Amino acid sequence: MELVVKNVACARGSLRVIEGVSFTLRAGEALVLRGPNGIGKTTLLRTIAGLQPALEGQIELPEDAVAYAGHADGLKGPLSVAQNLTFWASIYGTRGIECALEAFDMTALLDRQAQDLSAGQKRRLGLARMEVTGRPIWILDEPTVSLDAANTALFAAMVARHLDAGGIALMATHIELGLEAKVLDLTPFKARDDAPEPFLDGGFL
Amino acid sequence: MRALLFRDLALAVKAGGGFGLSLAFFLIVVVLVPFGVGPDTGVLREVATGVLWVGALLACLLSLDRIFQLDYEDGSLDLLVTSPLPLEGLVAVKALAHWLTTGLPLTLVAPILGVLLNLDPSGFGWIVASLALGTPALSMIGTFGAALTVGLKRGGLLLSLLVLPLYVPTLIFGAETVRRAVDGFDNTTPLLMLSGITLGTLAILPFAAAAAIRINLR
Repeated sequence: MELVVKNVACARGSLRVIEGVSFTLRAGEALVLRGPNGIGKTTLLRTIAGLQPALEGQIELPEDAVAYAGHADGLKGPLSVAQNLTFWASIYGTRGIECALEAFDMTALLDRQAQDLSAGQKRRLGLARMEVTGRPIWILDEPTVSLDAANTALFAAMVARHLDAGGIALMATHIELGLEAKVLDLTPFKARDDAPEPFLDGGFL
Repeated sequence: MRALLFRDLALAVKAGGGFGLSLAFFLIVVVLVPFGVGPDTGVLREVATGVLWVGALLACLLSLDRIFQLDYEDGSLDLLVTSPLPLEGLVAVKALAHWLTTGLPLTLVAPILGVLLNLDPSGFGWIVASLALGTPALSMIGTFGAALTVGLKRGGLLLSLLVLPLYVPTLIFGAETVRRAVDGFDNTTPLLMLSGITLGTLAILPFAAAAAIRINLR
């Protein structure tokens, strides 16, 4: 299994932000994206996750392999922790939320409504969702926001387990996770021409 | 998909959202009409069908902006789009959940409210039948409108402006079905037209709505 990104350029809205990004990730490898705010880390991750098309270049990855976690956790406040995780497990056709709960030490919060969780607990629940997807390629956007040191370590351990099992992780983060990960600084890939794309409504054609 | 349907239904009931709201709105509109047009039973009998249909249509409109907006705001729409669910299926399930929480209850209470409006007894069965056939189209068209406006802040008004004109054929043939039955005419033609509109929207709009969501998420 491989994730190959070849010479990709992508846009945020109508603004071309990065271009010429290439890398290859094989099973068991992780890549950390770095770069200043606004460079296009989120845009690149969303493009690879398939939420928006690339302007140029190719992204090659196996079908139905990607699990994406963005800035928002996608939790439903009125539902409990267990209901939130069970929902995602059934969407992805996997069973058992225990390992996800244990990965983030959330067993005690099982019946708590998601809206009563703290910001860090919500984030933990959002990340625990990755475990129940059963997908080999994880795309994580700023996963450690609002996590304390102990939970950042739990997160690093979860990613390490995922990599050991032959998974791939691609994340944008500024925190040193202590993982054996390649680092890609996006600063040199900043798009030179900041002019808007001429065909704004290309998607409608 | 079943999980998504159950989640949406649970959220609609728990969050105090679409479920009671539309029904209460429908009730209030129908109760207000006699105050507006006067208690003359003859006049009420004349307008009963139209009021029930317009009321159901407006009640349906109320909860449309919740279909995708809440999922968009908390990020779960992104996650659902990257999940194994086909987006067209997701849209269809969302429309079904909307219908089960608004269209179906509206259909079931319509004959009771028909009593308040002095609806002709021969119309009771037909108002249920026409709403049962027509409200799925209202939910599906509304879901398409919601998909077009997902991501817009305060898109509710624009959504209403987009969707209401598209509701016109359903309203015309739905109300006509009941009116003809009450007046003692054959109502096969409007009934068939109503069914045709519903089937057509169910067949086409999930694909259109899915395309609209893909574009709006960029």
